[in-house]
Amino acid sequence: MKNDNALVSQPTYYEEVQRKGYSRRDFVKFVSMMTAFIGLEQSAIGQVAKALETKQRMPVIWLHFQECTCCSESFLRSSHPIVADILLDKISLDYSETLMAASGTQAEDVLKNTMAKYKGQYLLCIEGSVPMGADGVYCMIGGKTSFQILQEVSEGAAAIIAWGSCASNGCVQSAKPNPTGATPIHKLIKGKPIIKVPGCPPIGEVMAGVIVHYLTFGRIPELDRLGRPKAFYNKRVHDTCYRRPFYDAGLFVETFDDENAKKGYCLYKVGCKGPSTYNACAVTKWNGGTSFPIQSGHPCIGCSEENFWDNGRLYDRASSFSGFGIEANADDLGKVALGVTAAGLAVHAIATNFGKSKLIHDHETEGKESEQELDS
Amino acid sequence: MSKRIVVDPVTRIEGHLRIEADIENGKVTDAYSSGTMVRLLEEILRGRDPRDAWAFVGRVCGVCTSIHSLTSARCVEDALDIVIPPNAELVRNIMFCTSYMHDHVVHFYHLHAMDWVDIMNALKADPKKTSELAQSISKWSKSSPGYFSDIQNRIKKFASSGQLGIFSNGYWGHSAYKLPAELNLIGLAHYLEALEWQKEIVKIHAIFGGKNPHPNYLVGGMACAINLDDVSGINAERLAYVGQLLQQGKEFVEQVYIPDLMAIASFYKDWGSIGGGLGNYLVYGDLPVNGYRDISAYKFQGGAILNKDLSRIHEVDLKKDDEVQEFITHSWYEYEEGNDKGLHPWKGESKVKYTGPKPPFANLETDQKYSYLKTPRWKGNAMEVGPLARVLVGYGRGREDFKEVVDKALKDLNVPVDALFSTLGRTAARGLESQLTAQWGLDFYDQLLTNIKNGDTRMADMSKFDPATWPKSAFGVGHTEAPRGALAHWINIKDEKIANYQLVVPTTWNASPRDHKGQKSAYEASLIDTPVADETQPLEILRTLHSFDPCMACSVHLYDEKGNTISKVSVLGD
Repeated sequence: MKNDNALVSQPTYYEEVQRKGYSRRDFVKFVSMMTAFIGLEQSAIGQVAKALETKQRMPVIWLHFQECTCCSESFLRSSHPIVADILLDKISLDYSETLMAASGTQAEDVLKNTMAKYKGQYLLCIEGSVPMGADGVYCMIGGKTSFQILQEVSEGAAAIIAWGSCASNGCVQSAKPNPTGATPIHKLIKGKPIIKVPGCPPIGEVMAGVIVHYLTFGRIPELDRLGRPKAFYNKRVHDTCYRRPFYDAGLFVETFDDENAKKGYCLYKVGCKGPSTYNACAVTKWNGGTSFPIQSGHPCIGCSEENFWDNGRLYDRASSFSGFGIEANADDLGKVALGVTAAGLAVHAIATNFGKSKLIHDHETEGKESEQELDS
Repeated sequence: MSKRIVVDPVTRIEGHLRIEADIENGKVTDAYSSGTMVRLLEEILRGRDPRDAWAFVGRVCGVCTSIHSLTSARCVEDALDIVIPPNAELVRNIMFCTSYMHDHVVHFYHLHAMDWVDIMNALKADPKKTSELAQSISKWSKSSPGYFSDIQNRIKKFASSGQLGIFSNGYWGHSAYKLPAELNLIGLAHYLEALEWQKEIVKIHAIFGGKNPHPNYLVGGMACAINLDDVSGINAERLAYVGQLLQQGKEFVEQVYIPDLMAIASFYKDWGSIGGGLGNYLVYGDLPVNGYRDISAYKFQGGAILNKDLSRIHEVDLKKDDEVQEFITHSWYEYEEGNDKGLHPWKGESKVKYTGPKPPFANLETDQKYSYLKTPRWKGNAMEVGPLARVLVGYGRGREDFKEVVDKALKDLNVPVDALFSTLGRTAARGLESQLTAQWGLDFYDQLLTNIKNGDTRMADMSKFDPATWPKSAFGVGHTEAPRGALAHWINIKDEKIANYQLVVPTTWNASPRDHKGQKSAYEASLIDTPVADETQPLEILRTLHSFDPCMACSVHLYDEKGNTISKVSVLGD
């Protein structure tokens, strides 16, 4: 999917003025008038002129439908680039109900202006699902339904980012029985590039990364077959998890706060959905790399996967998941560790896993021995 | 003759809020508050595993993130009679204090400040004078003339690009802005600083809960095991990180937020007599120091105040049938026993039914039903909840820590106690309780260290985690004080599943439509008599609304068809 950033070819104010037949002199006159108008010293004229001659920031419209604003909040948590820099230097966030100064009519005017002025060029970010039940009345803004607004605003968008699980797959309000008919964006809008950035919420740096990719390279990032940026969603949490060696070795937390939990063993048996979840949590981690759910002792709940609310209870172990050669059901692995024959396992897998288990046990024993040495 | 104006969307809030107000002679004479989005989460919860509920209801709100998860864990623990270990209580308390600091600072700078601070006027400030002013009100180190001049230049460049982004079409230059340019520049500088700071303080949630927004909770305690001898556990490095973040949080609150708040407030003292509203206040209480069940030992004590009478604090019982009730007279729901009945949440029953005008529409039918919010009442009274309610109850109960911060603020601003019952009072109270929670967070942290030092590393009680240990039927209620006010969840567990789950949340108390007797709720009551200098620019209306910190996604939720067994909703994973 290719979509060149239309703003790259967008004329600057100066170019526009030139095209309309005004001279450089007229332009400077306009600049000094405008400088006075916005209350700046005359010394700022040069600065203003330079800004008007340089490239415009990408106009962004950010809509909120059925959501909880966790996506906006997560975006604010981005540590690189920080949000102040994105807002002041990289994009022009013209419409955001969370952050914008204007309300009511003034807010609606901003929306209309940006849609008209940058038709075909603005980036549309959507947070939330669209309720299609009862003719859309479960979410109304300014007297219109969210579906009416979505249709109007997506029309002139260069591309759409569906933030979070709500916009990408419906999230919690679409869980059974989906009483409001909550619907993700890609099911409602056709013919526009849509980037899905799932997660509840997505990681802040991932959100910033998607926007920065679009701005830096002038096109949307490469997407997987589900419409997610490959860069952040092409690996399973399970495959990138630092606790993976414990899984391979058949060493599991049996219940929260038990001895194994204190040792940081694998959380698969207490419900970890890492084996079926594609996300960057275990690599990028959360909040500037501070931690991620598994590191803090809680199983992954699979929040970036479609219908994750209906994919089994949180603390039930996943009964099966697409396996690679070495993997097997945790119970089988447990049996292997106990020396019980497990049918269906490749011999080399048994050997590998059992070997790792022994290795970890040996290391722990070594640790204990060295403690004893110190004690004595 | 009055004129009806509409503010929709109300921005710089969480969610979708619409206000219709009648204006006459430059003042609001009547107001209607409407929540215009609904997700019906409670129906989704029915039939599910109660241990999972915290994750679902956590998604009620990503701004006051974590607080619904905490409340949910508590209501299940109450129903199943689970007592969590002291360390888990302390970790939850530390996360709670973190939320307060984060939420209140973000509210003040990013959601509320632009009602008082004229960003564009900051471009006219003298950086040197700004520096002098900043240094006269705080010892915060980022206060040199060069610092302010850099910020100013950056915004000049930004403004002169012609693309004002989030500052587009603000109410800049409005006659109700009263701050000198220098104070506007300080406000702008700290808007940007707070944007950076807020991402740091929530790292505490990431350490204990794995991520923020939406950190993980656990029925029975917390999932973050303590192990001083393992890299995966809560060890000395993790604890030191938490300690440092709490300390930095306290510094920001004390050296940036509070001085700015007091400086800005000193120019808007007239708002100490505007926007008072109901004069009734309700607090459930939170921050247990002797276990959740000992409500007498909470840092935030519960209680109700009626008619501004601080000398009498009424006790509140969430389990009593006739105390907390919800009405739907003006809400888009139906009750089986008629439109005017009030129901306790355990008996909560309702069916959503939109009867408003067909969109697109210009006005709501405000004499009929006009909101997705129900209308909660305490003993039939409309109540305000939130920071002001908490501070007043603490003050009214004569608590020294509350008296100290409140009396100092009143003295510094040279205003009487009555000024608290106002828009300004609400905004100030938010700052004052941030000061308190910043210190309490450190106190809880010290206690956690002491516990661990004494050999107690328990973080969860899993003895009743297995559904086989549960009674056939159980009722529970979990309460907290969300940043925006009193919050409680009511649960009925039957045969290991959720039979009924009800939330009555702060913004429902404050933003609800009027009740069967025509009594206004807090937003509507507070807007009465608010001056409006220019009816095309509703700046003053936003001031009062934002003083409540609206959070609409929280406030609309209910759906429960009484008597209907939801046999079609199978428990997933079974």
